[in-house]
Amino acid sequence: MELKGAQILVDGLKREGVEYIFGVNGGAAMPIFDALYGETEIKLIPMRHEQGASHAADGYARVTGKVGVALATSGPGATNLVTGIATAYMDSIPMVAITGQVFTHYIGSDAFQECDVIGVTRPICKHSYLIKSSDEIADVVAEAFHIAQTGKPGPVIIDIAKDAQNNEALFEYPETVDIRSYKPQVHGDPAQIAKAAALIKEAKRPMLYAGGGVVLANASEELRQLTLNTQIPITVTLMGLGAFPETHPLAMEMPGMHGSCCANYAFTGSDLVIAVGARFDDRVTGDLSKFAPNAKKIHIDIDASCIGKNVPVDVPIVGDAKSVLTELNKQVSTADIDPWRDQIQEWKRKYPFEYEQKSDVVMPQYVIEKIYEHYSDAIVVADVGQHQMWAAQYFKFTEPRQWLNSGGLGTMGFSLPAAIGAQLGCPDKTVVNINGDGSYIMTIQELVPAVTMQLPLKIFIINNMYLGMVRQWQELFHGKRYSAVDYHDNPDFALLAQAFGATGLRVEHPDDVEPALQKAKGITDGPVVIDFIVDEEENVFPMVPAGAGLGDVIRGLS
Amino acid sequence: MNSEERHIFSVLVENRFGVLARVAGLFSGRGFNIDSLNVAETHDKSISHITLVTHGDAQIIDQIYQHLNRLIDVIEVTDLSTAGTHVERELVLIKIATDDPQKRTEILQVAEVFRGRVIDMKPASIVLEITGDEGKLKAAIDIFNTYGILELARTGKIAMLRGSEKKE
Repeated sequence: MELKGAQILVDGLKREGVEYIFGVNGGAAMPIFDALYGETEIKLIPMRHEQGASHAADGYARVTGKVGVALATSGPGATNLVTGIATAYMDSIPMVAITGQVFTHYIGSDAFQECDVIGVTRPICKHSYLIKSSDEIADVVAEAFHIAQTGKPGPVIIDIAKDAQNNEALFEYPETVDIRSYKPQVHGDPAQIAKAAALIKEAKRPMLYAGGGVVLANASEELRQLTLNTQIPITVTLMGLGAFPETHPLAMEMPGMHGSCCANYAFTGSDLVIAVGARFDDRVTGDLSKFAPNAKKIHIDIDASCIGKNVPVDVPIVGDAKSVLTELNKQVSTADIDPWRDQIQEWKRKYPFEYEQKSDVVMPQYVIEKIYEHYSDAIVVADVGQHQMWAAQYFKFTEPRQWLNSGGLGTMGFSLPAAIGAQLGCPDKTVVNINGDGSYIMTIQELVPAVTMQLPLKIFIINNMYLGMVRQWQELFHGKRYSAVDYHDNPDFALLAQAFGATGLRVEHPDDVEPALQKAKGITDGPVVIDFIVDEEENVFPMVPAGAGLGDVIRGLS
Repeated sequence: MNSEERHIFSVLVENRFGVLARVAGLFSGRGFNIDSLNVAETHDKSISHITLVTHGDAQIIDQIYQHLNRLIDVIEVTDLSTAGTHVERELVLIKIATDDPQKRTEILQVAEVFRGRVIDMKPASIVLEITGDEGKLKAAIDIFNTYGILELARTGKIAMLRGSEKKE
């Protein structure tokens, strides 16, 4: 049967099992929004800004593991999606971003709201398509979803000219997708896996270093087995938090710039680093010449171009973490490394995350500890900045997909829209949004759809009236010259929340933290915003200054 | 580790719009330079062959190889400089001023040495076609430069593995 291109698109999305589309309507996408009007199988979620749409699609994808879908019009609609697309790309999140494009005969003429979105997004997406004819749509949708969620996941862009949306074509959806130039490697080379097992057997001071790739590959179970089988201490990166329970004695917690001293000292002392789905990011390694100087490295990653990029690797294994760990688990046993384990336990005991509690000012770390007490099972969506690091340090994550943040791109404004996507993806879970005063106001407009849908989001603002992380760097490295970081002129977020139709509370005293969190728990018919006014100049410690080695960590207290 | 080497990549890609931009963008985005680039359809209309000459240390060359492979539209990448012995050719068109007959005769004699062909001749200029490897073309261009080159265009290098040598 002949259908309009826009209808073919929507039917294709249904075939891919799409539940939600996050979008903002506009001229060149109107036929698609028209096809979604009254649609029941796919729910259209109107966001207030296209950046919110792409972050919401991203948040949905992070909690469900399914492909998130964002939709926008041409030109400014498309360029507004860009930050969200780049965010998803850096964290390898499966997403399909659909943009309307001007009529084919206008393309290249600087038409109204025309932008070469394929050109703009080329370096920040896994792949992209410009559709100029209705009969291409079905095949492209099938390919886009296949590419977005296989191999190393990532965002795929589908840019559809308005006439291709309007014209009719036969709807024939491909049953399978076979792209001759795209065959991601799933299984690791058995010889390499055997080599890795042999190195693990010999090592005296081995450590596991797991990243977001474990979460993306749904390989947490296999990672837990490997850790428990070998009893090797493990550090999980900011992107992987929850892949291994941080409450376990073998967990050394997060490594890197604001990671635990234990994990950082372990890298420096280790003789074997087993990296799984982690990419030796500069925020983890510090000065590369001082990084794990005595350790051999095993690197398991789906992306061959990630291996050896920053750090020379002794045993590279290209493959899916789940498949490789399953094989590796068959070849390992408990490691005979008691002295090393004792050393790790000593570091853990001696250097926990710590802060100085005050009686008259709310300490940000205290708020996170209290949030953890009340919401230990919740999905936590953090934004970017000091509060993100405190949340990563003081909330003990135990499950994969429980912790969402923009780790790679570090996108301020990510969390509120991502929390909306997360709540829709997991309607039975409590979703806690830990935000900063700087990041919250960057996408505050998305409180509107959250109120409209009565989403019971817990939005907790760690408000220090500063662009805190930048202020911390200015304090430490720029002689306290606080350039463009003073946010004391922000509005009253509690009152503002009420203006949006949400519940808004303000907490200024340590004694009020607990009752406010209690009160928030009881509000289930819409979002609640608590503005925690915290110590203005508290810093995030420990800290490895940029360019320093992990051994040179500044511990902060004592 | 830091010694720079020239490498010739043979890249088979889907013959569709935007693919060249993806390949080129991979270089520009990382600050790698392309020394020479040739793209054309193969005997299979759906596939284009890119011959790309670049340089860098071992790590950069490895990154280029891996990132080319990562592009969805790239079917196959071969680093000809490491995959076996290969043949390479380039074609150059040179237009030279021939303001007096004496000079024209000389140019024709030099062209003969390089097995060049005359593909256009006008009273005041001549266009030569010369093929060869890099060394031969450089020698030819150096000599014709002394006669006054008016215009020069070259195809960029094209290359393939010898005989039945398998691509890796």
